[in-house]
Amino acid sequence: MITLFFKRALDDIFKNRFLNLVTIITISLSILIASAFILFFVNTSEIINSWKKGLRIMAYLQPGIDNNGLKELKQKILALDDVEGFNFIPKQEALNRLKEQMKHQSSLFRNLTQNPLPDSIEIRMTAATESWQKIDTLAAQLEALPQIDEVEYGQRWVGRFAQIISLFRLAGYAMGALFFMATIFIVANTIRLVIYSRREEVEIMRLVGATDNFIKIPFYFEGVIQGALGAMIGLAMLYIAFMFVSSNVDKGFFPGLFRFHFLSPTILLAILVVSMLVGWLGCFISLKQYLKH
Amino acid sequence: MIDAHEKSSIIRMFHVHHNYGSKKALIDITLDITKNEFVFISGPSGAGKTTLLKLFYLGEPVSEGQVLIDGINLARIPRKRIPQLRRKFGIIFQDYKLIPTKNVYDNVALVLEAAGVKTRLIQKKVKSVLRLVGMEDRLKALPPSLSGGEQQRIAVARAIVGDPKIILADEPTGSLDEESAEIILELLRGVHIRGATVIIATHDKGLMRKTGGQVLHLQQGRLEASTYIEKQYDNAIF
Repeated sequence: MITLFFKRALDDIFKNRFLNLVTIITISLSILIASAFILFFVNTSEIINSWKKGLRIMAYLQPGIDNNGLKELKQKILALDDVEGFNFIPKQEALNRLKEQMKHQSSLFRNLTQNPLPDSIEIRMTAATESWQKIDTLAAQLEALPQIDEVEYGQRWVGRFAQIISLFRLAGYAMGALFFMATIFIVANTIRLVIYSRREEVEIMRLVGATDNFIKIPFYFEGVIQGALGAMIGLAMLYIAFMFVSSNVDKGFFPGLFRFHFLSPTILLAILVVSMLVGWLGCFISLKQYLKH
Repeated sequence: MIDAHEKSSIIRMFHVHHNYGSKKALIDITLDITKNEFVFISGPSGAGKTTLLKLFYLGEPVSEGQVLIDGINLARIPRKRIPQLRRKFGIIFQDYKLIPTKNVYDNVALVLEAAGVKTRLIQKKVKSVLRLVGMEDRLKALPPSLSGGEQQRIAVARAIVGDPKIILADEPTGSLDEESAEIILELLRGVHIRGATVIIATHDKGLMRKTGGQVLHLQQGRLEASTYIEKQYDNAIF
């Protein structure tokens, strides 16, 4: 029976090829735009994560802290949330590092009578610390400790960038939802037109004893096939655009910094399933209205 | 408790009325058709013949009164069971009602597909019935490419392929030449001999005389007379 329904659906698509083509193209364009957003978010998230990996909080200590004070401070830092570990950098080591980094400007250190740098602690955060608010909170908690003079975490701008990306993501969700609804509406209308053009056939089917399901199932297949074809075409267009853009970006803007990735098989499969669901929903809506009468 | 009379009845109507808006199409129809009967519904155009047939298979809802088909009261039938009710019928429509985009085979096979019959059996039955109506060599033809007589034969094939208990034919020979009409009539006689109840709506008196059977005469929506006409017998009432 399933083969029969599938055959009938393919037959119907072929017979109403113009209407079906319009639907498939509409679905594929919606999928293209929505997937382009997903692709953008996936890649920007990867970039931000790679930046986050290098993120450290530097806590500069008050001068004159004894060993007991230092021990107590280390315990307090470890007790804080989202702290993976830390590294104590005595001021002499900090100066040595600085000299090493600025060996070509060694004359700057020649007249130095005492070490101007404070002792410091470099704090590493757990990988789960994704929220910039959490990083800010941690920095504020550290700053509040009496042994700590100042807290610095470079790449604050990364946070701002991430916030902008979050806004984009919200816009993406809204657009995705709009495209989802618009596509369902278009599929529903196409199926309605197909049913309308075949109302006599549907009527004959009913008269010879066909159940509603017998009439409906091929239309559902039709919607699902439209969804699947639309997704495949949309994703193929996205892949072509991706290949073009990524090869130019790799060569030009950020050579060797990071590689752009296409959508993972799981996401591709999810998009395909959602697109098929859109086709099914479109059919469901128009058939429900039509067969009621 | 079902009495012997009820057992042999396949269609019963009690004081049935049917209206199209304010227009009365059928008025107070009471009738009883027994199994394996050959029945003609006669009357002039607009007398209510087609409407009466439609009430049998719920092509129209009954406005008032009771209709029993093979023991099923149509007033109480749930929507879900209407397809099952319609499978009791093989319907030959006046305008054939063949699906123009489906070939001859698919048009006939549709009845069995809708009933959930297995593909292999469908092939066997469709080919067999198309052989019976003399259309076995036109399996792939589309209805618009066939003559009126050929289309009617396909309509007959579709009506009988599911071995229905009742055959309803609305003016089955109305638009056909004499030879084609004779073929159709012969096919219907064959189905009747094999046990089906055949009900033909027609105003063709010649058709009634050729076959013989019960004649229900409608006039302006009322059942005016119910008589029996013998084969080749010229009844005075007509």
